[in-house]
Amino acid sequence: MAVIRDMIPPFELFQPAGVDDAVRLMREHGDKGWVLAGGLDTFDWFKDRIKRPEAVIDLGGVDELRGIAVGDDGGLEIGAMTSLTDVAENGDVRSGYPLLAEAAGLVATPQIRNQGTLGGNIAQDTRCWYYRSGWPCYRAGGNICYAATPRSMNREHCIVGASRCVAVNPSDTAPALVALDAEMVVASTSGERTYASADFFIGPDIDIERMTVLEPGDLLTSIRLPAPWSGARWYFEKIRDRKSWDFSLVSVASMVNVEGGVISDARIVVNGIAPYPVRATAAEAAVRGRAPSDETGQAAGEIAIRGARALRHNDYKIALTRNLVKRSIRDAA
Amino acid sequence: MEFLRRALNPWGQDVPIGVSWDLIWAAVIVGAVFVVGHALLVPKKTGKAEVDPDEARGLPEKLQRHTAGARGFHWSMSATMFVLLITAFFPVVGIQFPWVTIHWIAGVLLILTVLYHIYHVFAKQDFWAMWIGRRDIEEGREGLKAALRRPGAKRPRAAKYPVDQKMFHHAATIATIGAVVTGVFMMLRVDNFLLPQNMYLFSDAVWGWIYVVHGVCGIGLIFLVIAHVYFAIRPEKRWMTWSMINGWIDRDRYLENHDPERWVVGDGGPAKLEGTGTGAGGESA
Repeated sequence: MAVIRDMIPPFELFQPAGVDDAVRLMREHGDKGWVLAGGLDTFDWFKDRIKRPEAVIDLGGVDELRGIAVGDDGGLEIGAMTSLTDVAENGDVRSGYPLLAEAAGLVATPQIRNQGTLGGNIAQDTRCWYYRSGWPCYRAGGNICYAATPRSMNREHCIVGASRCVAVNPSDTAPALVALDAEMVVASTSGERTYASADFFIGPDIDIERMTVLEPGDLLTSIRLPAPWSGARWYFEKIRDRKSWDFSLVSVASMVNVEGGVISDARIVVNGIAPYPVRATAAEAAVRGRAPSDETGQAAGEIAIRGARALRHNDYKIALTRNLVKRSIRDAA
Repeated sequence: MEFLRRALNPWGQDVPIGVSWDLIWAAVIVGAVFVVGHALLVPKKTGKAEVDPDEARGLPEKLQRHTAGARGFHWSMSATMFVLLITAFFPVVGIQFPWVTIHWIAGVLLILTVLYHIYHVFAKQDFWAMWIGRRDIEEGREGLKAALRRPGAKRPRAAKYPVDQKMFHHAATIATIGAVVTGVFMMLRVDNFLLPQNMYLFSDAVWGWIYVVHGVCGIGLIFLVIAHVYFAIRPEKRWMTWSMINGWIDRDRYLENHDPERWVVGDGGPAKLEGTGTGAGGESA
């Protein structure tokens, strides 16, 4: 069981200076290696002695993974090691992608945003405490989901997308990136490949031990944002138990194009309700051609919760999701 | 190489949680070694042997070996088995897709197929035709000597089902029943519309052993499927494979491979089973 100790078990530390070195080291150590970005998820695992890697590859010295650059198409490329503070405060992000700036600015606390990285926030592991306590659940390679049993404490767990495991994706920036149709750039020793953000996150039905497509040896190097929707409205809301320093219970991110008083296009993404950010595609289709009114929002919310199934302690998430989706259409600015 | 995956449960008990996935590769390697070894050591017999005209007298040209029902069972089981093995093991070796729902639905279809087979065996066929008796053991011993090219050894003619086919059937039966029974319990742990979820039916250790047995049976079936497919495509066995498609064998194959005293054929009619005395069209497995 998880016992916080003051000593982290020993490991071999590598501090590569470039992406090529990093992916070579990651390949060399495979699943015995651990990639350290901001360290905010990592050190919990290490101190709890749940994860005991033999080698830690610290990306802190890989400068090419930092920074925000404007691309030829008018989009942005954000290095995976760029801090959340830099993302939230960058002028290009704030002007072209205020949705992402808002989401990044609501992560945890200022100190954590200074240390935490965009890549780390996207690729972080779930917060399910049964899993993080080191219990042998499905996600840890076992054969049970302790959070899905009739007496489990599952207030924060999922209402859709469960497949044996009911953990949720905890990222604040992930739904914003899916709503913005971002691309994730992944490097490995076999080259570079890109994933649509919606494909980057995977559910337990595909791989119960991972939350993203990243496999041992894969390094998320950057996030590419396409040229901003001209004049699009956006909405982001994160509901949490405390005003600060807390993971979301449910969050919603939306991009809405309004032409001639009616919605011509919309992308609505909800996180905290599934093991991955959920695009409410049926709700998106339902709002197209309609005015962004209270009524349209209500309809979108009702559609978004179709198929949702509560666990013992999280039926509030159904109503919360319905209302957040409603607001994400009605109040998109 | 480890055989079991173990873990500490929340109460600090060391319990099994499943079979080691290393055994998948062990089954594949053992299967490949068996296929290559058999292909190298056992000569391929081609062409048909001379048959005794006296034995052939009165026999029809085509003899039914498998009824449509039996063939339907075989191919239904084959399809579900392939789906089950692919959905079970491809994700483990890195080919990932949403497999759980497909897997349990294929498992349910396999159960229905097996139930049909059990009904068919008891209602329409001769249960004992697949039994291994003293003469089968003798047949196996002689057949092994012939396969090892011992001087003077000759593979004896079999009853309706050769002893190696009977052995395969029994091994597949054990592995399938093991996988099916444990699989039904495992459905209590996955979301499905047939059985309500019940995590607490057994202790962690018992659940662990259920997963271990399911895994062992599944991995055993990898080897059995490899061996079965290999024999199905070997040149001298293809007539049996064809009989599983079209249902019949020709008279020469019958006389060459089967002992008319052990698989009795009626005058002019389809084959009858040894010892049953039942009418035309008698069929087993």
